[in-house]
Amino acid sequence: MPLLSLITFLPVVGTLGLLIIPRRRRNLIFWGALGTSVLTFLVSLRLYTGFELGVGEMQFVEAAAWIPSLGIQYKLGVDGISLFLVLLTTFLTPLTILASSGIKHRMKEYMVAMLLLETGMIGVFLALDLVLFYVFWEGTLIPMYFIIGIWGGPRRIYATMKFVLYTMAGSLLMLVAIIAVAWLHGRAGGGPTFDLTVLMNAEIPPAIQFWLFLAFALAFAIKVPLFPFHTWLPDVHVEAPTAGSVLLAGVLLKMGTYGFLRFALPLFPQATVTFLPWISGLALVGIIYGAWVAMVQPDLKSLVAYSSVSHLGFVVLGIFALNGEGIAGSVLQMVNHGLSTGALFLLVGMIYERRHSRMITDFGGLFRVVPVFAGMFLLVALSSIGLPGLNGFVGEFLILLGTFRVHPVYGIVAVTGIIWAAWYMLAMIRRVLFGPVIHQENAGLSDLNWTERIVLIPIIILIVWIGVYPTPFLRRMEASVERVIVQVERRQSVHSSGFTVQGKRAMNAETSSMNHKPSIMNPSPAHGSEFVVHGRGAIHGLSMNPELSTLNREARRQR
Amino acid sequence: MVHGNSQNRFYLLSVNRELRTVNEGFSMENLIWLVPTFPLAGFLVNIFLGRRLARLWVSWVACGAMGISFGVSLGLFFHLINLAPHLRHLEQELFTWIRIADFKAAAGFLLDPLSAVMILVVTGVGFLIHVYSIGYMGEDRDFARFFAYLNLFAFFMLLLVLANNYLLLFVGWEGVGLCSYLLIGFWFERPAAASAAQKAFVVNRVGDAGFLLGLFLIWTTFGTLQYGEVFHQAEGLHGVLTAPAGGGLSVVTWITLALFIGAIGKSAQLPLYVWLPDAMEGPTPVSALIHAATMVTAGIYMVARSSPLYTLAPFSLAVVAWVGALTAIFAATIACVQNDIKRVIAYSTISQLGYMFLGVGVGAFASGIFHLYTHAAFKALLFLGAGAVIHALHHEQDIQRMGGLRPHMRVTAYTFAVGALANAGIFPFAGFWSKDEILFAAFNGGFYVLWFLGLAGAFLTGFYMARLYFLTFEGEYRGDPHHAHDIHDAPPTMGIPLIVLAVCSVVAGFVGIPPEQGPFHQFLAPVLHHGGAAQAAAHGLAVPMAVLSLLVAGAGIGVGYLFYVSVSWRNVPEIWAARLQGLYRVVYHKYYVDEFYQDWVVGPLDRLAFFLWRGFDVAVVDGAVNGVARLMEMGSWGLRRIQTGVVFNYVLSILVGVVIFLGYLVWGR
Repeated sequence: MPLLSLITFLPVVGTLGLLIIPRRRRNLIFWGALGTSVLTFLVSLRLYTGFELGVGEMQFVEAAAWIPSLGIQYKLGVDGISLFLVLLTTFLTPLTILASSGIKHRMKEYMVAMLLLETGMIGVFLALDLVLFYVFWEGTLIPMYFIIGIWGGPRRIYATMKFVLYTMAGSLLMLVAIIAVAWLHGRAGGGPTFDLTVLMNAEIPPAIQFWLFLAFALAFAIKVPLFPFHTWLPDVHVEAPTAGSVLLAGVLLKMGTYGFLRFALPLFPQATVTFLPWISGLALVGIIYGAWVAMVQPDLKSLVAYSSVSHLGFVVLGIFALNGEGIAGSVLQMVNHGLSTGALFLLVGMIYERRHSRMITDFGGLFRVVPVFAGMFLLVALSSIGLPGLNGFVGEFLILLGTFRVHPVYGIVAVTGIIWAAWYMLAMIRRVLFGPVIHQENAGLSDLNWTERIVLIPIIILIVWIGVYPTPFLRRMEASVERVIVQVERRQSVHSSGFTVQGKRAMNAETSSMNHKPSIMNPSPAHGSEFVVHGRGAIHGLSMNPELSTLNREARRQR
Repeated sequence: MVHGNSQNRFYLLSVNRELRTVNEGFSMENLIWLVPTFPLAGFLVNIFLGRRLARLWVSWVACGAMGISFGVSLGLFFHLINLAPHLRHLEQELFTWIRIADFKAAAGFLLDPLSAVMILVVTGVGFLIHVYSIGYMGEDRDFARFFAYLNLFAFFMLLLVLANNYLLLFVGWEGVGLCSYLLIGFWFERPAAASAAQKAFVVNRVGDAGFLLGLFLIWTTFGTLQYGEVFHQAEGLHGVLTAPAGGGLSVVTWITLALFIGAIGKSAQLPLYVWLPDAMEGPTPVSALIHAATMVTAGIYMVARSSPLYTLAPFSLAVVAWVGALTAIFAATIACVQNDIKRVIAYSTISQLGYMFLGVGVGAFASGIFHLYTHAAFKALLFLGAGAVIHALHHEQDIQRMGGLRPHMRVTAYTFAVGALANAGIFPFAGFWSKDEILFAAFNGGFYVLWFLGLAGAFLTGFYMARLYFLTFEGEYRGDPHHAHDIHDAPPTMGIPLIVLAVCSVVAGFVGIPPEQGPFHQFLAPVLHHGGAAQAAAHGLAVPMAVLSLLVAGAGIGVGYLFYVSVSWRNVPEIWAARLQGLYRVVYHKYYVDEFYQDWVVGPLDRLAFFLWRGFDVAVVDGAVNGVARLMEMGSWGLRRIQTGVVFNYVLSILVGVVIFLGYLVWGR
């Protein structure tokens, strides 16, 4: 059974059902949409249970010819990296639909847009053909365009235009680069194909990689968004309806970080290493800059939006640590951010519905008035600032650890992020939840009703679960993360033109190990197979000197 | 099987442990997890059901959880004592918490003499404070929430001291920070409490960032975060670790310095102590438990736990000792002039924590822990006594508006006096033994300046404790006359913990006799490394030194008596304050440190953030984005003008084109 296609297109099937329901049957439309998305989630759980551990390659692969003359395929597959992003999507969508039960205006169109958006997002994470990926990638823009443009706030038209045009401008160059990759592959005699798994093995000269990487990276950087391409995010979040914000922050932003991991790194390994300091630098700026700007936001939604810039900076930083700890931490952090920021937007939406304001100064003292809301808000905020025992910590810790291991200076700069995060988040908590009730409008607010609690409780369960016992998640992603690293490493050895691999690595080794003896490795390109081993050691054990790492290995064996 | 150096023991024992677990099926270490589990269960019950339960049930659940936990701790302690000293190392691994690539960290517990002392302090003092809170918080509308937080705190604190690796320690470390935040802000409706809570958390996060860096360095150096493995390797890698690395300091120096940044934050040392005085906004039992007896001592525990690393880093130890000594005297001066009863005790706590760091910094790890343990008793006593006073006076905290309370509240007054004497380090109260030991260790190790700072601090300690006691309990009542008639002693739930703690404050020091060789020290000896200095005690000097510090502390008390009790000296404090007006004002305003942080850190950062948002993000970055869009728009407007829709125009332009083209063909070549 084509499980992946089923998961991807179940929402579309639901959409077709919705279309024949008369628009005055609001309840039926709502339950239909909710049922479809819940069903999709249940089916997607099969991915989790059927996922084979220890396998880094794509699983559940489906392939069919689409435009054979151009080598364009319909090809889907899932691995340990995309698995959790798909699950995150299918998990968040029903919750956002449930949270949208109050939509008055054009509910039918709204639900259709939500379900189509779900298909688009799932497709992005599952597509293994570059053209198919691009179709889904751009396809998500259309429902999102309507969700913001029709059900958004007062400046929704400005926001939705900015969102679509900005991200599209970035993606157009990516389309050019996609065609170029396939064309280069064809010219080298490989036949026409857009199959990622095939193209990953194509040899692209570093000089060309440089430009292609840049084109991909621009598209992804805008989507993430990486500083300084982030200014669309606060505008869009402030105007978007709650569900739009949740899915935007929860899932759509991860398409950018996922893109780096799935496409930019494996396709252009040398360019990855070349651009590493630049992208890491932008990520670091984003971590601190996003947090600082978040401190002074008067609007709850723009505060959370800027905090996303900071959090996504961590994710990008971890990816470009290029080691197991960093990348696994990033993948986990993508999920974590989806959960905690998604929940934050849901909570902000819930209080907005009651109070019709998102201005922080309009609140205060809510802990006394709406204790359940306040307790959940506090818990989610704590998860967002990485309190140990909750999910955010595990991801953030692994990212910082992986980064520090290879680039101690980046690690030191990034670790200050935990201070700023506590600063803006707790200041917001203080001003919203603590203090006396200054505004009379707040005195009569009603606490969360059962629907709202049902929306939030699953998220909170996952927040605690991942914080206390992340093993089921980490185990499933481990092999695929390894595979990305191996891919980047292996390709370094193919094109060892000197400066990219060994030069960089040796330099990193020197800066990172305080106790190094500078003899870690200097493999010659001639020993191709041996280099794989050495090279992996280089990335993994960079800051340990040989004596120490021997000991570590022994210690680990004895454990 | 187990002889030779103490480090190998870690190794053999963990093997040994597995064997025994297999053989016997059940053994005492399998019960370690119970200690933190009961408070966690209490938390869950009270946070979810507390609002529906009667107060009696809430208090029984919370106090019961702590009581059982204390009982289990006692059982474990006696089990440990019955083992041969070299076998007192029990580990229990619950599950693998994080494992990815080369990283692995477990949720595992370690019970050894050091953690045994800590869990006894935490559960013992914790239980008494829980009981006390029944009375103190009796009227509060959020009774259940209070006990839930208190239980949660106990859980995290026990996690902190029982962890067998640095990462789990960090979980407890941040967890107690969270509970501190929640409890400081317990009366969140008061803006001061809400601000103090936030300040505490953020300042602690500064330390935590440093602590995390220490963790990263430990891991990149040793490839593990588990104590046993780290310390075992540290022994073998002596040469590598102590060789100069980055910045002229060795790796182990960097590690220990980074960890110490965490301790500075958590244990309120210079320059990150500023959150602790503000933390007094929380209910008084919280101040007693978290901000005196347990949480703030986590830094000392951590340094002592890491003693195998610190002993390899003399520079770090010197930093620890200096920070401790300077904090000790710095905070003591402030304590001399504050008028809020809780703030005086808070500054006293900072000062005493400084003494503990001075102790571990000069290599006397056991003495530092000894002081931690005696301090837990007498400082909790002082805070609870202060709470009883505040309770009786309807939330009056200004000692200038107290006085003459002894006849009305005898239990409180006498127990408070015991606590004050212990804190001042008067023979034979508990504080005398531990503080004197620290001073002696400093002197003995040749750290004469540090010793002198500590001694000067002892004088100030005597003075401010005397001042606090006399102004509160002696002389005449100066407060609100309306309350004068109904001042009464605390109810039994509050009185009994006071009496128990007072007894502890007298006898707790006796386990440390003879100094540095007492049962307490021998119990801890297998865990703690010695800095060398403390061991080679020149015993001939011990008694004269003790007499000297006793005299100094006594002099402090004497001055306090003259200033605040003796009739003929009544006006002296005012006269001196007036004569040394500048100095007095500086100290009274706590050296303007808070103002400094406000003006030079918080304010500028706030303004910078605002500028980055409005002046840079919106104007420049987004301006550029919108600028590009506008440019496109203008371009299109320009191009649109060409599309006039008038056929004649198009024909004309075609004609012009054709003419130019033909012209080029004819003449151009």
